[in-house]
Amino acid sequence: MKQQTTARYTWGGDEFLFVEIAEGMSLEANFISNSIANALEARGLSGIVDICPANASLLVRFDPDVLDWQELERTVRGCESEVRASNEQVLQTRIIEIPVWYNDPYTNETGARFREGYHQRPEGNDLDYAAEVNGLADAEEFIKRHHESPWLVSMVGFVAGLPFLYQLVDRDQQLEVPKYLSPRTDTPPLTVGYGGCFSCIYSVRGAGGYQMFGVAAAPIFDPSQALEDFSDFMIFFKPGDIVKFTPIDEIGYGRIRAEVDAGTFRYRQAPVVFDLKAALADTEGYNASLLEALNGV
Amino acid sequence: MAFNILEPGLSTTVQDQGRIGYYRFGIPQGGSMDQYAATLANRLVGNTVAEAVLECTYIGPKLVTEADAVIAVTGAPVDIYVNGESVPEYERVTLKAGDELKFGVIKGGTKYFIAVHGGIDVPEVLGSRSTYPIGAIGGMEGRAIAVGDRVPVGASIDNGLAELSAIAEVDRPVYSKDVNVRVMLGLYDHNLSANGLDSLLNSEWVLTPVADRMGLRYSGPGVEWKDRKQPFGAGQDPSNIVDAGYAVGSIQIPGGTQPIILHRDAVSGGGYAMVATVISADMDLVARCSPGTKTRFVAVTMEQALEARQKNAARAARIWS
Repeated sequence: MKQQTTARYTWGGDEFLFVEIAEGMSLEANFISNSIANALEARGLSGIVDICPANASLLVRFDPDVLDWQELERTVRGCESEVRASNEQVLQTRIIEIPVWYNDPYTNETGARFREGYHQRPEGNDLDYAAEVNGLADAEEFIKRHHESPWLVSMVGFVAGLPFLYQLVDRDQQLEVPKYLSPRTDTPPLTVGYGGCFSCIYSVRGAGGYQMFGVAAAPIFDPSQALEDFSDFMIFFKPGDIVKFTPIDEIGYGRIRAEVDAGTFRYRQAPVVFDLKAALADTEGYNASLLEALNGV
Repeated sequence: MAFNILEPGLSTTVQDQGRIGYYRFGIPQGGSMDQYAATLANRLVGNTVAEAVLECTYIGPKLVTEADAVIAVTGAPVDIYVNGESVPEYERVTLKAGDELKFGVIKGGTKYFIAVHGGIDVPEVLGSRSTYPIGAIGGMEGRAIAVGDRVPVGASIDNGLAELSAIAEVDRPVYSKDVNVRVMLGLYDHNLSANGLDSLLNSEWVLTPVADRMGLRYSGPGVEWKDRKQPFGAGQDPSNIVDAGYAVGSIQIPGGTQPIILHRDAVSGGGYAMVATVISADMDLVARCSPGTKTRFVAVTMEQALEARQKNAARAARIWS
């Protein structure tokens, strides 16, 4: 692997250990971060408060009154060695279909309120801009690229339950879009956003700096836990989840909203095994096999 | 038993020690912004450290108690009135059913805390009563208190300690407009140029009005970043990184202009480089600062940070014995 052989260890004050796997984003770095998180969790070390795997790094919160900081670092380094030595690069996960109304009026209306002083290209909308900076013909082509290949949830955070998503395509196929020049003070709930090489779904309404491309139809954060998909926990996504965005129109959106309101909506999902080596060796072919798992569900 | 809210104040929220362990899902720790001040109020009313209190921001609520109650107010200096009569801060105060509690103008800081014997008894969500407004969980229906709310107060408890009627002067927090905040360098400090690092540590930074439970923004000379090729996925600005988890208390400097200290309700991650982190012992100090406060960031080592933390713990142990 072309990763640096050891991560960079540094401290966020006296309660946080920060482990940077790599400076740049890659599937390999994300895999290592999540694997270290799992290995550390399995050690059950007392004094560890929270293990937060991120895109290409890991943040560990600890109680220094209970766990000596140097012992923590030794332990995490041990987990790192174990992960790097292992040939096991397989993730038991699931693939989930997320219906999205691309180029919808909600995000377009909000986007229109934050142009001058906020956006690189005040004329047109965020999709037009994203298509342009990626050298694509138009917004339609960008939308197609956005939904035709699946995504990996590479981190959960920012606000409650917000997934960061990394598209499972070769590096030269990755879409990259700058963030807003200055963050908006408003983003519609369930906005599908894009910044750098990451997509996200804004779980709640609020500030945001990612470009806005559409709106997901069903909730991903449900404190009332009314829907069956939330019966265990109010947050839907976990790192390692695989997402297939499916474009829907206004009618499809309305239908799903009605199901959500009636409490009957369920995400279409299927268990899959994600094999990093196989995915890297033949991304396109591997994606096709992942997507097959959703057929017949 | 409950408090009936006649006026909510500017932003009064239910807070406790926080919601620890859900940061990995993007749920912030929350909790009283000045933990030390809040626990003093709990000590005075005979609670444990864990009971929820009302955190007031600049302008406190006007409320009427339904039943007799023991309360205390601690934190930022403010005039307190019961039925129009002045009562002292940092002391145990007894209310009779129907008494009205209200506040005058704050005279420093931004946050004060109302504790009541039995604690504010809203339902726990994910192990805490703290309000997380963005996620609409905790507190009063996930929001600040509002006119007409009936804020529930819990049943009497026994904390097993001798009664304490007032906090000694020496144990009360200080509200200064000129502070040294201790930080540990690290995280992405190597992305700063030598000049940039020098600016961070040797400039006077002034707290702007853009300061709340999520973060506090400072004005000053700005910082300079090293020239480098941005890594894949990080974004073009030198202050950008591949989105990562944010340490609570960490300092980020978007665009290199205004440092932001992330506080207890901060977002759990994002794409701005953190260059230092306020040590746990000084997070309450930051919470006490009001806009205009001159601030210097003083670099300390892990050993010094842990020593400061132990000093705070020893003081708390003394007050709670």
